[in-house]
Amino acid sequence: MALRPYAAAKRTLSFADKLFEVNWGLVLLIALIGIAGIAMLYSVAGGNFHPWALRQLGHFILGLIVLLLAAMIDIRVWMSLAYPAYGVALLLLVAVEIIGHMGMGAQRWISVGPMELQPSELMKIALVLALARFLHGKSIEDVSKPAPLAIGLAMIGIPAIFVFLQPNLGTTLIILMDGCALLFLAGLSWWWIGPTLGAIAAAIPLAWQFVLHDYQKARVETFLDPASDALGKGWNITQAKIAIGSGGVAGKGFLEGTQSRLNFLPEKQTDFIWTSFCEEFGFVGALALLILFAVVIFYGVQTAMSARSQFGRLVAMGVILNFFFYIMINGMMVMGLIPVVGIPMPLLSYGGSAMLTVMLGFGILMSVHIHRQVEIPRHSGGII
Amino acid sequence: MPLFDKKDKSRYTTFTRRAVGMGGGMAAVFAVLAGRLYQLQIRDGDEYLADAEANRVSQRLLAPPRGRIVDRFGVELANNRRNYRVLLVSEQAAEGVEHALEQIGKVIALTDQQKKKVMRDIAANKKFVPVPVAENLTWDEFSRVNLHLPYLPGVQPDVGETRDYPFGKEMVHILGYVASVSPEEKAAESDPLFALPGYRTGKRGIEKEFDKQVRGRAGAFRVEVNAYGRIIRELGKDSGEPGEDVYLTIDRQVQQLADAKLGNESAACVVMDVNNGDVIALSSTPGFDPNWFNTGLSGAQWRELTTNDHKPLLNKVMGGTYPPGSTFKTAVALAAVEAGIATPDYRVSCSGVYNFGGHAFHCWQRKGHGSMDVLGAIQHSCDVFFYETSRRLGIDKIEAAARKLGLGAPTGIELPGERGGLIPSREWKQKTYKWAWQQGDTLSVGIGQGYVTVTPLQLVQMAARVASGKVVSPRMVHSVGGRLQPREAPANLDFHPEALATVREGLRKVTNEPGGTGFSWRITEPGFEMAGKTGTAQVRVYSKEERARGLTRNENLEWKMRDHALFIGYAPVIDPKYAIVSIIEHGAVGAHPHVANARDILLFCQQRDPSRMPNAYPVTSAAAAPEPKKQTQAAPPLPKAGG
Repeated sequence: MALRPYAAAKRTLSFADKLFEVNWGLVLLIALIGIAGIAMLYSVAGGNFHPWALRQLGHFILGLIVLLLAAMIDIRVWMSLAYPAYGVALLLLVAVEIIGHMGMGAQRWISVGPMELQPSELMKIALVLALARFLHGKSIEDVSKPAPLAIGLAMIGIPAIFVFLQPNLGTTLIILMDGCALLFLAGLSWWWIGPTLGAIAAAIPLAWQFVLHDYQKARVETFLDPASDALGKGWNITQAKIAIGSGGVAGKGFLEGTQSRLNFLPEKQTDFIWTSFCEEFGFVGALALLILFAVVIFYGVQTAMSARSQFGRLVAMGVILNFFFYIMINGMMVMGLIPVVGIPMPLLSYGGSAMLTVMLGFGILMSVHIHRQVEIPRHSGGII
Repeated sequence: MPLFDKKDKSRYTTFTRRAVGMGGGMAAVFAVLAGRLYQLQIRDGDEYLADAEANRVSQRLLAPPRGRIVDRFGVELANNRRNYRVLLVSEQAAEGVEHALEQIGKVIALTDQQKKKVMRDIAANKKFVPVPVAENLTWDEFSRVNLHLPYLPGVQPDVGETRDYPFGKEMVHILGYVASVSPEEKAAESDPLFALPGYRTGKRGIEKEFDKQVRGRAGAFRVEVNAYGRIIRELGKDSGEPGEDVYLTIDRQVQQLADAKLGNESAACVVMDVNNGDVIALSSTPGFDPNWFNTGLSGAQWRELTTNDHKPLLNKVMGGTYPPGSTFKTAVALAAVEAGIATPDYRVSCSGVYNFGGHAFHCWQRKGHGSMDVLGAIQHSCDVFFYETSRRLGIDKIEAAARKLGLGAPTGIELPGERGGLIPSREWKQKTYKWAWQQGDTLSVGIGQGYVTVTPLQLVQMAARVASGKVVSPRMVHSVGGRLQPREAPANLDFHPEALATVREGLRKVTNEPGGTGFSWRITEPGFEMAGKTGTAQVRVYSKEERARGLTRNENLEWKMRDHALFIGYAPVIDPKYAIVSIIEHGAVGAHPHVANARDILLFCQQRDPSRMPNAYPVTSAAAAPEPKKQTQAAPPLPKAGG
């Protein structure tokens, strides 16, 4: 920093400037978590790089490249890409409805060559970008005016509906929470927020009655009383709690987690990978991992607050909230605090699509960090 | 328009404020996650660790071979034979359990009932537990299943063991049987064996009474299993302990004869050693084949067993109570001699009827017996003599004598379901009927009618006690697992030896002198003679009109209304060895088959004399065949006849 004191203040940064400005500490943290995930995938496969660990390593390296590339892209370029990205993601979401194939009882993927693309994952990033751009142009008074608010809500609601129809309750929730959080951060008046929260509270019973699928209801019912069906629907929660609890203080040791090795844990490589981690590394290990997550989030919030453009602030906060909601929902789900919704643990769970979107998010966050001094006029639309 | 204005500034401060608030919220969520981790891993960690172990470690039970039950010569009365069976593991049945059953049904015959039972068992067990589909297959059927195995996924042929009773119904009331565990038994029993699909437990008789010993201790494979129940590796093996053998004092040959003699009558017969209480034979008919319960009873068979008026399920020897009838006179006579009433000079004149309290008590011999002393009264079974004698005795003395002879109380034989019968007393009547004891009651009791009821086992016990002069009780288990069953040397009976001798002489006359009620069925072989007492027990009250009209002969009554025919006896007369009771329900018809049976069985017993044959078990205990203690003191003289 001392050698290049003005780099961040420049309106245009060279590639070298940018590389120097990358928060390598954050990259290191992310890499640590990613490696922990790969190690766990090695463990749950019974001490084998197949079928998950090696491929996840590939996903992770690809993700790192995506992260760095995204970090190099000027924040204003991201701003100009916001609406097109949103449009493409929405089109893909519609496409998945039409040509997507069935998997796990829910329609979520489009095959793109060898990869399975989840448009809902892309949408999480695209929505953050688009909403940030939209709100960037609105003053604090504008945000609370009916017309802009309606547009903002529509931008959140339309993809949410499509994701819900897939059906994918977990991602729907994340999209809704993330979008609403951005509206809130942009300065939405409490006069809107208060009554809306009240209305939501009132709507929950109605949603239960008319909107939720049977299997979604079953998950909630099982959550409320897992013992009622310990061998059936309650199996997941019961076994996950046993796995976590049996880890004790110090854990059973790497490769020694019986619950995952003997297949008592469902979906052990994806949604329940954190459970295996807790089983093998115990309270100490799990707490250490939580602290890593917390530090990453802290960096994210700090980045958001240090950015000089409203777009950068909202994007950074949106990305980090997205990351946070993943951790919150997955962590609470596997520990039996909320019903089972299919949400993976970011950076830990197996899956290319999720890994790439998380890393892309961090890349954009990093771009905000690098370009934190860049000021963007309220009525600007980016630089393309 | 300026690039930036105040509006931007205000929204930045709002953003910062709200972002910091959100940061606080996120921190709170992390605190919740950490708290929950603490709760699960530290506070409840031990509990969850136990759950994880329970998940991981599975006990595969190994059923131990059930102990044999053998007779005194080592003849196997209950043993185990190979049981070719077919098991089904539901998780391995690729196309579902119903499909698998259908496929098996093409190879061996399966009834719908069997299929339903399999579905029930599968629902009740974990999906990797093998559940029996068909058992006791023939070698042919078993080979067919093995041949078709490649087309029967989830099917496991298995050679297990099943209980076998080579002598079928002949032994059923001694041995009982084994059958599937009922849900109540499963709930009450902590032995893990009871949870084993297809496990069978003792339900009656010795099988039930000694179930714990015969059962053995379950062995187990401790294996690590995965979530689908597949075995990953073996952690340890405990081979368990086989069940212990039970040696009975029964002699299979005598038992067979007794069972054959009783035939299809509703009857009971017990032979016991008068000196040590060994039960040589214990038969109750009709019986049933205990193997039925093992292989599975059909509905029709069960209905037959439960509705048959001859009650095949009841062990009448100790589960049936009867008025002892004239056999009870043995006890009354003994009490009378003991009390000094029935002296050699004491005589009662019998005119065929005895009037007391305005009521006529009849003798079975309507003509009357004339003047009777106690020996003659026993020999002829004179009712009038016993009316008069029991009136003099009073119920208290009769009750005391009956109790000393073991009547009205369980004998303590090693079989479940023994009943006590009833020897009435003043207190009992007061308590039960709120009505004082009447002398008329005493008269009825004096001839073994009225309130008094006993089991056949108590009667044979009485016969044995009178014959040996010792307080013997019937016992049929000699040793379990090589351990001798505790048996005390019997004490001397609390009656004056001369009183016992007098009654024995009366009993001898019954079956050895003309005019005795059992004379026609005596044993004529010298040295084998038997003594005994016949009895007829009314099952209904004869009305006055009926008596006036002349009693209907039993042959002309419907079966249920006929009198019971009873006989107790022992042999030989000198130095007695075996006592017997023989009862035919509603069998007081024509020739006395129950006495003839007793004669044949006692004769066979003596000629065979199991005590002189080598026992399968070592007779090491003095208690097993105790020497009668020599009387060191001369018995005091009998009291003189009292007023």
